[in-house]
Amino acid sequence: MKLVVAIVRPEKLNEVLEALYRAEVTGLTISRVRGHGGETEQVETYRGTTVKVELHDKVRLEIGVSDHFVEPTVRAILSAGRTGEVGDGKIFVLPVEKVYRIRTGEEDRAAVTPITMEESPA
Amino acid sequence: MLIATAMVLVMTPALGFFYGGLVRAKNTLNTMMMSFVALGFVGIAWALIGYSLAFSEGSGLLGSFRNTFLNGVRLESHGTIPHILFVAYQGTFAIITAALISGAIVERMRFGPYLTFVTLWSIVVYAPIAHWVWGGGWLGKLGALDFAGGTVVHINAAAAALVIALVLGTRKDYARQAIIPQNVPFTLLGAGLLWFGWFGFNGGSAFGANASAALAFANTMFAPSATLVVWSLLDLMRTRKTTAVGAATAIVVGLVAITPAAGFVSPLSAIAIGGIAAAPSYFALLWRARSRVDDSLDVVSAHGVGGMVGALLTGVLAEKSWNGVGDGALFGNMRQLGIQAIAIVATIAYSAVATFVVVKVIALGFNLRASVKEEGIGLDVTQHGEEAYSRGEGAILVHADGGI
Repeated sequence: MKLVVAIVRPEKLNEVLEALYRAEVTGLTISRVRGHGGETEQVETYRGTTVKVELHDKVRLEIGVSDHFVEPTVRAILSAGRTGEVGDGKIFVLPVEKVYRIRTGEEDRAAVTPITMEESPA
Repeated sequence: MLIATAMVLVMTPALGFFYGGLVRAKNTLNTMMMSFVALGFVGIAWALIGYSLAFSEGSGLLGSFRNTFLNGVRLESHGTIPHILFVAYQGTFAIITAALISGAIVERMRFGPYLTFVTLWSIVVYAPIAHWVWGGGWLGKLGALDFAGGTVVHINAAAAALVIALVLGTRKDYARQAIIPQNVPFTLLGAGLLWFGWFGFNGGSAFGANASAALAFANTMFAPSATLVVWSLLDLMRTRKTTAVGAATAIVVGLVAITPAAGFVSPLSAIAIGGIAAAPSYFALLWRARSRVDDSLDVVSAHGVGGMVGALLTGVLAEKSWNGVGDGALFGNMRQLGIQAIAIVATIAYSAVATFVVVKVIALGFNLRASVKEEGIGLDVTQHGEEAYSRGEGAILVHADGGI
């Protein structure tokens, strides 16, 4: 199992979600974050005060997947999240030691497999 | 009239809040600024040129240049009030009419071309139509009844809104992503303040603290009440829930519908107008949202459809025993309904064509639309260099010498 952590542009989030959905990746968590990865800062002025905003709004996706799902997941994000300009974000693939599904107590691979793909539980 | 003028002026910031709540957070300031800047750009255009074209003596189609740069406008009386106050009062109408159009083009139009557009539009489109109806022009002579601007303000703005929305095209996310209001309380606040200001808009159009003003005032209260009731019931029947955005919209639709009729119909007729006006606008909104027309904040459904219903019903329900001016179709004067229809058609035709010309002329010199990337980032940062909800994290102060 792996945990795929992706930082993407907020304005690209919908396209990324659509691409993930097409790749049948359905379980994920997102959070709004701010970060900086080398893109040019944006300049804002409030009355006499001018500031450079170094941290840009981004969206962080966390997706727990079984090993054979890593590649389609990463490919979906790469293609849908790209504009070609600095600031498109990063994808990190991390090893996962253990996964539990809280509702059933299932572990590991069973826990990251969406219920629609299993035999119906009841 | 001083108070009425101030009340109409406050309707434009109120409209900014109404519209600003309905867009996405990254376009809040841009949307509100589209209303606020009209206070400046249209206000000055009105004082220097627009007023003269609308209200100085001229032909049936247009005023003259006699009062340009406020030439000859002093403290002498103009009807019941000092001439300069009349200029100011009418100026607040020009300002809000131009600002109304912005609802059709939010989240995608570049700001410079927008400034050019509202300024030119107030002179080229608003002033002539105001002249036709109120400035001694042909529609007024024909006997068209428009108490406070159903055709001049609302139908006019809606026709222009439809044209500019079609010329600009849809937002990149339109019908592809969910675009939902960022701050519904703003929209409710705007609707409430609009209602307050509208008492000056309709009541003030009697040009005196008289019986006609009292009638317009009461009608401005009860018509939107009726719209709110009918709209809420339609909402309940359709979705089992009464929505806040729906309530805010209903108030505006009711106000629009009673505008042409305010001083001409009985209070019971006003309630009928308000109630009847709810349904066409309600279903126009539903239809529009499924169409390819990105009139983003539904200027056409609220102001166009509501305005037409109001203008036509004025021709039906006007009562001479209340207004001392004329009867409508229900009281034996069928001709009035025809005149109202002519006023509507003429306004739409001129506004649509002239708006199209103005937009196309500006497009010769400017790129009207923000780029896809700018639309993605949002127009607040790209057009204004500000954010509505900035958190200040990661913001570094830039010193005057340019260093950090």
